[in-house]
Amino acid sequence: MLKLEAITLMQDWFELTADFEIKDGARVAVIGPSGAGKSTLLAALAGFLPLTSGKLMWNDTEISMAAPDARPIAMLFQDNNLFPHLSISQNVGLGLRSNLRLSSDEKQRVATALDRVGLGGFGSRKPAQLSGGQQSRAALARVMVQNRPLVLLDEPFAALGPALKAEMLDLVGELLQETGASLMMVSHDPQDALHVADQTVLVADGCASAPMPTVELLRNPPPSLKAYLG
Amino acid sequence: MAGRTLAIRQWPGAVAAAVVAVIVLGTLAAVALRAEAGRGISAADWAAFRFTISQASLSALISVCLAIPVARALARRRFWGRRVLITLLGAPFILPVIVAVMGLLSLFGRSGVLNVFLRWLGLPEVQIYGLHGVVLAHVFFNLPLATRLILQGWQDIPAERFRLAAQLGFAPRDIWRVLEWPMLKRVVPGAAAVIFAICLSSFAVALTLGGGPRATTVELAIYQAFRFDFDLGRAALLSCFQIVLVGSAALVALAFSGRDSFGAGLDRAVQRWDGARPLMRGLDAAWIFCATVFLVVPIGLVLIDGLPAVFDLPASVWRAAGVSLCVAIGSTVLMLCLALPIAVAAASGRGWLEAVGLLGIAASPLVIGTGLFIVVFPIIDPFLLAFPVTAVVNAIMALPFALRVLVPPVRDAVQGYGRLSASLGVTGWSWVRLVLIPRSRAGLGFACGLTAAMSMGDLGVVALFADPQSATLPLQMYRLMGAYKMEAAAGAAVLLLCLSFGLFWVFDKGGRGRVEA
Repeated sequence: MLKLEAITLMQDWFELTADFEIKDGARVAVIGPSGAGKSTLLAALAGFLPLTSGKLMWNDTEISMAAPDARPIAMLFQDNNLFPHLSISQNVGLGLRSNLRLSSDEKQRVATALDRVGLGGFGSRKPAQLSGGQQSRAALARVMVQNRPLVLLDEPFAALGPALKAEMLDLVGELLQETGASLMMVSHDPQDALHVADQTVLVADGCASAPMPTVELLRNPPPSLKAYLG
Repeated sequence: MAGRTLAIRQWPGAVAAAVVAVIVLGTLAAVALRAEAGRGISAADWAAFRFTISQASLSALISVCLAIPVARALARRRFWGRRVLITLLGAPFILPVIVAVMGLLSLFGRSGVLNVFLRWLGLPEVQIYGLHGVVLAHVFFNLPLATRLILQGWQDIPAERFRLAAQLGFAPRDIWRVLEWPMLKRVVPGAAAVIFAICLSSFAVALTLGGGPRATTVELAIYQAFRFDFDLGRAALLSCFQIVLVGSAALVALAFSGRDSFGAGLDRAVQRWDGARPLMRGLDAAWIFCATVFLVVPIGLVLIDGLPAVFDLPASVWRAAGVSLCVAIGSTVLMLCLALPIAVAAASGRGWLEAVGLLGIAASPLVIGTGLFIVVFPIIDPFLLAFPVTAVVNAIMALPFALRVLVPPVRDAVQGYGRLSASLGVTGWSWVRLVLIPRSRAGLGFACGLTAAMSMGDLGVVALFADPQSATLPLQMYRLMGAYKMEAAAGAAVLLLCLSFGLFWVFDKGGRGRVEA
């Protein structure tokens, strides 16, 4: 369980507070107006932005100061999720070993993960030789082998078309089902939130509120969300 | 913002920058402490000072004035070989000075092609030694640079403006007034300032084509005080002069130059609708032709003179070539050890470290050489250190260029992939091996090529230190020329040319080898 204890994030003129917890196995969408701090919140959870105050707890351990790779988190960013100069297998392999010296057993796990996301036989290609959807699949294969209990998605599929995006979100759902990991996912689109996440964190007016059931939130939005949804 | 958490270590960059600062500023301090200011400045020193400024001003002025029509012609014409020609304009950067001087001598020298022709016509001969020779050589080197800088300015005018001008029926005069003149006002002073600063610390050209009381640069005067009179006090005083001169000019040039690149995208020709009249086409063609002849013929003459002699070179030349190769490789390795850590630190938020690397622009090789001599003189025979010192000085001089090439790709690697690397725990050596080197490979190859070629062709600090028995290839070639062994010198020139461009090609090719994505 991830616990955000009275967290404040400050950047120049920007301030965001958060105080809630994400239960094991939860699927949480993070929605709100542009610039409200959705990405900032995820960046802080993943360890790319120091907390100004408050504590970040994983179960009973404090991880506020832990390095990004020492947290129980796998994250996909808006872009640059694959190293363009490394092959797909190498990119996925980095999720197992950061120096890429993989044992044959680990190589097998990489191949299995690629099969699982429908990229069997694509391992030796470079990212540029893959379509946008295939690149997303490769990144998801890496998330799979990383096997972390919490997955953060900062709109990695934003550049894909609607159908492809839905396909990716379905795949994310299936993978989470298999690994039992929790999910936090930034989204612009309330439909995405409904599609994947049963709970939603609303980020608006300098505050990330506690997760609420997505259906209820969208049916009865508070003023800030109403203005955003239009 | 994310710099702190990216787990990319910055202390190697700080250490490398400190090493550079100690070498440049430490030698400077050694020189300043040794300078005998009390003795005053002699008439000869003033003459060197005046000559340095006047030749640099003339060189900058002439280079820029000639470059404007050439760049204009290149900007608005498309022709077969344009791309090759523009690439060729980058070549003087790695062309050994001594080879170019040899080429200019065989064109403009006493028994050069031009004078043979003039004699045949019964006209008076031209004289290459002295002020005009020095300026001629500087124009040879800097006309291409000025052309590239100004051409960049032309290319930076958006194509839409020319479309709009065509739409409005602008005559060439109007285009000049509305588009081109404002651009030139912005670009030309910067180009002139850069060339002025470069010419201030000219040594090899002054050594070979200048000399004598009326054509001695400060840099050359340092060498003479050192080598002929062994007057360390005077050499140090002149060095202080030189530092102030070059340092202030470099600051001015830097302020003008902004952050432009090595001319990426220069081979793109903007479509133009003006200047279609035959007269203008003819003029443009003439400018391009003359510039090409001026740049290509001297090197062609070197090749013609030297090729037959290459297979008959004395052993001393081959030995010197071996020495030069070692110095060039050593200086490249040193440059990498300094430039990569500095580039990484600069790219992850410590931009000021890059400025330390730029000290090489303000420093003059002979001043560093003099300083190192003063420092090591009491400890060890400095002449034993001639080649290591040359490698160090060459690495420092190449550092600013290497950083300019390396910082952008390294910044991409750090900023574009820093988060991904950190989230996967790719740090330390794994990061260097898996991310940094592959992501900046092309830049690394180019920077190594530049450094190796510049070091290969350098005739500077080595002249200060080398004993008569040993030499680098450029120095050996200079000695052969001094001894009027012109045939062997021409052969050595061809060898030097091949080695310089060969080194550049090998490194650059190695960097581009498997460029993907």
